[in-house]
Amino acid sequence: MKVPFSHSQSAHCETGVLSNLLSHHGLAISESMVFGIGSGLFFGYFPFIRLNGLPLTAFRSSTGGIIKRVTKRLGVEMAWQKFRSPDKAMAALDDKLAEGMPVGCRTGAFWLSYFPRRYRFHFNMHNLVVFGKEGDDYLISDPVFPEPVVCPADSLKKARFAKGPLPPRGRMYGVTRVPETPDFPAAIAKGVKEVGRTMLKAPGPFLGVKGIRYLAKKVEAYPKKLGERKAALYLGQVIRMQEEIGTGGAGFRFIYAAFLQETAEMLGDDRFQELSRRMTEVGDRWRDFAVMGGRICKGRDEDGEGYKEMAGILRDCAERETQLFKDLMAVPLVK
Amino acid sequence: MRKSDVPQDIGPKDVEEIAYALDESGRYVKVQSIGWMPKNVANEQAWEVIEGELDEQLRLIRAGKRSPLAYHMTKNLMTVGLLASYMNLPRWRIKRHLKPGPFGKLPVDILQRYADLFEIPVSRLKETPPADSGHYEE
Repeated sequence: MKVPFSHSQSAHCETGVLSNLLSHHGLAISESMVFGIGSGLFFGYFPFIRLNGLPLTAFRSSTGGIIKRVTKRLGVEMAWQKFRSPDKAMAALDDKLAEGMPVGCRTGAFWLSYFPRRYRFHFNMHNLVVFGKEGDDYLISDPVFPEPVVCPADSLKKARFAKGPLPPRGRMYGVTRVPETPDFPAAIAKGVKEVGRTMLKAPGPFLGVKGIRYLAKKVEAYPKKLGERKAALYLGQVIRMQEEIGTGGAGFRFIYAAFLQETAEMLGDDRFQELSRRMTEVGDRWRDFAVMGGRICKGRDEDGEGYKEMAGILRDCAERETQLFKDLMAVPLVK
Repeated sequence: MRKSDVPQDIGPKDVEEIAYALDESGRYVKVQSIGWMPKNVANEQAWEVIEGELDEQLRLIRAGKRSPLAYHMTKNLMTVGLLASYMNLPRWRIKRHLKPGPFGKLPVDILQRYADLFEIPVSRLKETPPADSGHYEE
């Protein structure tokens, strides 16, 4: 059995899945619009949470949150299920497919057999859409991949019941109702407001622009505190978090810039066009950060490149984002 | 980032990813990218650390200080805690199985559960892994 489903490759799994699912149900929405309305943009540096023994840096809000916020803000109804028994979870998936429903699933990344080795870490917040079954294989629209993929039932079952932090517990979801006339301006306003609030006003030193400045301070101190080798490992981890795990820092800034551009067109308001342009510049600065970091890790840094300069770029990013979100918050969105 | 600036740096990459970039008229479009130097560097670095740990586990197994389970646990990027939750066993038992003595006396059903988890035959699980000729080549 196979549900006709149009797969569109995306930059990020959660936003891609939701954009594809909603479009399937007749609510055409781009990945970047999902990202914007779902307040996906974020920064957090968590020295006390360790991943592979190194501090965690996050460039987008916690996974799962985007889907919840977008469906709520646009008035989409989504049915969620989770399971104790893997066999029941797989049977429930088959039932939905038999009804002609594409099904969203949360899975771990490690057990998905179609993943290349380099993606296969124990990371439990992956999202994909199952849209068919042929024999013992499932047809999957994994938004990170260019084309739909095939996954054996055993592998999918293991992935749906991956263990470790934030286990998916077989979670699956499907759209049950989409509104006829979703209120995009109101949803955008809510999405923008929440991002501005976390980036500028979140309490404590680890979140938002304050978190970027905090990371700058840490990066500056890496070589002295950790020694050359460990410093490179820590820096490598920041870059991996930035660019690899879910499209990362610069990538997310560009998706947000695309969202602002779409907003400008939808609302006919040029101020968003200008903000989009500035967001693009911030993304380019994050890219500079990654490129310089990559060279330092490789020991191929050029003159005028070092941890101090890296911290300088971070402070520049923090400064630009502060101004940008202040101006974004100042645009009156809902009349 | 402009469309022409989307990095296409070849690395150990099997999948083309999406990047958002501006086209000639200043509109955002999705562009495929085969890879990017900083990502490739950071990834290689992460795998080097893992391979280093595997070499260390091999050394300990050969010296009779660890059971082959330690190798497979590390190869599957697991900690004692994660392996314990997959096996549904308390951590202290996993720790015991990491020692060569108690591992040698494990009943077949427990060995089978480990083997199924790691997707290898029981015979592979029991033998000392061969010398370090690429830990991930099948």
